Amino acid sequence: MGIRGSLARFASRYSRSVQEVSSPDETRLLEALRAGDEGAFRDLVQTYNASLLRVARIYVPTRALAEEVVSETWLAVLEGLDRFEGRSSLKTWIFRILANRAKTRAVRERRTLPFSAFQPERIQEPALDPDRFRDPDDPRWPGHWAVPPTAWPEDRLLAAETRERLAEAIEALPGTQRAVISLRDLEGWSAEEVCNALELSETNQRVLLHRARSRVRKALEEYLK
Amino acid sequence: MTTAEAFSCQELTELVTEYLEDALPPGERARFEQHLAECGNCEIYLEQIRATIALTGSLSPDELSPEAEEALLHAFRGWKSS
Repeated sequence: MGIRGSLARFASRYSRSVQEVSSPDETRLLEALRAGDEGAFRDLVQTYNASLLRVARIYVPTRALAEEVVSETWLAVLEGLDRFEGRSSLKTWIFRILANRAKTRAVRERRTLPFSAFQPERIQEPALDPDRFRDPDDPRWPGHWAVPPTAWPEDRLLAAETRERLAEAIEALPGTQRAVISLRDLEGWSAEEVCNALELSETNQRVLLHRARSRVRKALEEYLK
Repeated sequence: MTTAEAFSCQELTELVTEYLEDALPPGERARFEQHLAECGNCEIYLEQIRATIALTGSLSPDELSPEAEEALLHAFRGWKSS
């Protein structure tokens, strides 16, 4: 199974990472890393690199900069490894380092994030075009479907090209939505882990997830019709 | 069923994530499920959201390029010998 598998099991079993101290699995991983086990480091990088990149892209304007921030983060992880005391989980610690690095870099690049990126509830964004529904004042069926969804053909849903369209739709999302849907639905993180890594409130995490899923469903609907 | 009590289809589409995240208060959850039981269109909508989630879960995470991995392993070897 190896460390990558252990990490995946760790992630699903210990979803409350804020107060979570290191588990026995993590203690073994830390020992291996400190002993200079290259395989352990490679597993760690492969487990988290894609997620780190997605989170970094919320803060900095280009993919190239985000890749730099992630490299810096790994170097900082190595530098801090001997001092890491296991008061949070290793995962939480790594993502905190990333957030700090990314914010520092964003300031240097003079990029200010729109306030709305982390405060999504301040902006209205319906899941669907209001034209899909009857008028809220409709005397008989207020707010009911005017243009209802039609069931998706399973063979097309499972086709490789549909997956490509799905990946494109996720890529086209605003950065914070893209990070939330990727961490939750692609990487399988818990809501709480995402709140911690992105410093989001529970409500905002859910609003961002809702918008992201609604947009991606819509993109699939347009492709599959 | 009176419309004042029940969710409209439009309201339901805005509550699907709270429903799936188990974040609806019990009363609203019951109204949500009652609407679903009576509305085939909303049932399809919820199924599509579920399919979207499942399909996203089947995507493979971006692979690290061999060059980037080699650079990190190089840094690791440097750290180890320092």
